[in-house]
Parts: sequence; C-alpha cells; structure tokens
Amino acid sequence: MPTKQRLDRDGIAMRVAKELPDGAVVNLGIGIPTLVSQYVPEGREILYHSESGVLGCGPLADPGEEDIDLINAGGQFLKKVPGMAFFHSADAFAIMRGGHIDITVLGALQVSERGDLANWLYPERGIGNVGGGMDLAVGAKRVIVAMEHTDKQGRPKIVRECTYPLTARECVSLIVTDLAVLEVVKGKGLLLREIAPGWTPQEVQALTGAPLHIAPDLKEIEL
Amino acid sequence: MPINKVVPSFREAVADIPDGATIFLDGFGGPGGMPHFLILALWEHGAKNLTIISNTAGIAMAAGFGMPGGKRYIDHSILIESGQVRKVIASFPVTANPSVLCAAERAWREGKLEIETVPQGTLVERIRAGGAGIPAFYTPTGVGTLLERGKEKRVFNGREYLLETALTADFAFIRAWKADRLGNLVYRGTSRNFNAVMATAARITIAEVDEVVEPGGIDPDHVHTPALYVKRIVVRPPDDTPILAETYEARKRERGRV
Repeated sequence: MPTKQRLDRDGIAMRVAKELPDGAVVNLGIGIPTLVSQYVPEGREILYHSESGVLGCGPLADPGEEDIDLINAGGQFLKKVPGMAFFHSADAFAIMRGGHIDITVLGALQVSERGDLANWLYPERGIGNVGGGMDLAVGAKRVIVAMEHTDKQGRPKIVRECTYPLTARECVSLIVTDLAVLEVVKGKGLLLREIAPGWTPQEVQALTGAPLHIAPDLKEIEL
Repeated sequence: MPINKVVPSFREAVADIPDGATIFLDGFGGPGGMPHFLILALWEHGAKNLTIISNTAGIAMAAGFGMPGGKRYIDHSILIESGQVRKVIASFPVTANPSVLCAAERAWREGKLEIETVPQGTLVERIRAGGAGIPAFYTPTGVGTLLERGKEKRVFNGREYLLETALTADFAFIRAWKADRLGNLVYRGTSRNFNAVMATAARITIAEVDEVVEPGGIDPDHVHTPALYVKRIVVRPPDDTPILAETYEARKRERGRV
C-alpha cells in the first residue's frame, strides 16, 4: 500500500491541467486555478481568456517589466506575447455568456452533489465580490472546480445542499480536490473516478458531505 | 470653427459636477485604466451625495491590486473616505482578503455607504445597454442566487433568465491612451475594459489621456471610441506625484489642519 497523502495545491492544478484539450479556450479563476496553466502537457496550445479583457494570456511579466495596462483578472502583470487580443469588458463577458469559453476552472467554498456552486460570499462578512464568477459559471461550456476537499476546520466542502450563497445552480461538471476526482452526473449525483494514493473510497466518503457512487474503473490519481 | 474638446485643466473638467451626480469610473480596478487625475480633481471639487458606478468600490489602494513594484496610486476610495459618495454599484466592491478593509467596506459597516453588488458581466451589459438605447435585457447570470431577488424571471427555450435594466450616468470619467482634438480615443492593453463601454452611456464623458494628437494622428482603423461619445479631454501631466497615495495622504493631513 502506498502511503496516504493529499495532493498539494500544485498537485491539484497538475491534475486539472490534463483536462484542457489542445486548442481549448480557457478561463482560469483566482487561487489554485491560476496555477493550472504552468502544468499543461507539452505540445498543447491553449487560448486563455481573462475578464480584464484579453485573450491569449501567456506567462506573467518578469520583475521590473510590470505594465499597468497588461493585467489578468487577479491583477497580476502579464507578459506581452504574440497573438494576444484585447477587448472591452462587454465583449469579455459576451464571450462567456455567449458560450465561447470551452472550460473554466474555478475555486469554491462549497459544491453540491447536483453541481451547485458557492464561491462568492461568506455570509458572516455580509458583503462579497461576485466579480465575473456568476457569468463564468452560467456561460462556460464546462465548469471544473479545483479546491481542497475539506475546509480549514476539516468540514466537507462537497455537500448535499450548499449552505453558502450560490454562484450558480447545477453548473459544475468535474471536481478535482486534494483527495479525489469526482464527476457530477446529471440526475444521479457524484461519481468517484479517481482517488489520491493510499486512500480508500470509504475514507474519502467520510470526508464528503454527499453520497458517492464509485466508478467501476476507479483509479489512483496520476499527475 | 474647428472642434476642440481639450480642456486646459482637470479642475475645469469637473467644475460643473453637482451634488447628487451619478458617475461612471474606475476601469477594471487597478491603476491601469484608472482616471486618477479626474478622481483627484473631484476630491478637490468636493461634490457630495454621489453615486459611483464602477467595477470595484476602490480596492487598489488598500489591497495593492494591479500596482507595479514600489508604487501606490490613489483610487476612488479617496472619494468614499471624504464622505462624498452615497452609493456604489460594483461587481467587486471590497478586497479579496477580508482582513484588509478598504474605505468602502469601512463606510458600509458604519452605515454611511450603500453598496449594490452586480455580477460583472451584468454590470457592463447594463452600461452597454444604457449607451445603446436598450432599456432592459434578459440574462442567465444570477438565476437561483441571492441577486435574483426582486427581478422579473422569464423562460426562453427552457432556460430561466433575469430581467436587468440599463444604467446611464451624468458623467463618465474615462482613462484612455491617445485622443485627437475631436475626441476619438485609443486605449492601451487591458485598460480598455469598462472604459470603452462607460464612454458610451453618460451625458458628459470626460477622457483623461496621455497624449492628444492632430486628427489623422490616429489611424481610423485603430479608433476604439469614436469622437461623438466624448465631450471633454484632459491631458495627464508626465509627473505622477500628485496621484501617488503618499502625496494624497500628506495633502489630507494638511487639509485636516486647515
């Protein structure tokens, strides 16, 4: 038996990166999703879109080369690369709602077994940043959530019903955590497809707030 | 008579803004695309009871959002701090980190500021609609969330949509790169964002630019905002000292003594 381990943030990003097909138009959210681009398998060309009004985001700018007119949605400075396109915010969001984003990778506070997503508001703060999250969640053809399986208090983030305010209903199709890869199957619930090395489905179930169906071809997560 | 929309000073550009005005500004939230000198002039001018419509409620100064190494520029949080703003409509009103409070969140907690949170795509589309003579539109964004409250819902092709209404403003503060004296504008990089949309939906659009060129100095194929949308142009000085946060803080202390 391999030793039991949780993937770190980069590990989660590496696993998500395998989901991005060659030529895809992708929007990466803030946090773990931002890390995904550096792990895309060699030879795949991806077009990254950002709410700041750019398609073709490449690597981040080198220190000392920061340009305030060249940022991503997280306020990070981008390197100017050949093939980039800039547009205004109405276009940036028409691209989302119009269904022109193939995949978005988002962080989450909670995801329900039906794929409801909650990622914008801590009720105790009373005010939150909806930003572009709701538009992405309803507009992207495929929504992948990249997050830790449990919160800082060890509570499941995958639940039957979200208790945090929703970003969008029934929008998530794949959840990649530090413990598992789960598919949201319409009308059925959560399908456990892959599991972190050394973990049993029962142990993952114990840290999940919704029932898991186990894929007949359940595999260990490979990075 | 040749058209010339260039106004000699930021003070003159904002002089007629009355108390109670609604103003579009901010770009995306960071210093790129932020009309710093117009914001500073409005702070000096002192109009009160303002409604600000912007992507953020002023988070760059507090959170360092989009700030280049070593520099910290002012943002519209100075208008909130000075008590000039009654209401903000924004998609990203407060800092990402709850332990870093921006002026808007402080004022909101004290009950001095109303904040309306709108999804970013809905916010910009409401402004686009405002400029395009479309009074309202249906969007899938926000269905099934707290933000659907009070909104008409309608089903098209089996999917639910919310009715959202257009936004217009009395003034738009725009940050562009180049202008000609007619008002044609070019933006730079990701600083086009909300600027190019807000420019279309205000009664008086004022553009803060790096440079004014003669008509013909901008290739017509490169114009982002056609001249008709722009009423006033003001040129930024090359020296950015007045818009640095430390300059503002020093002036605020001076003012406090007066």
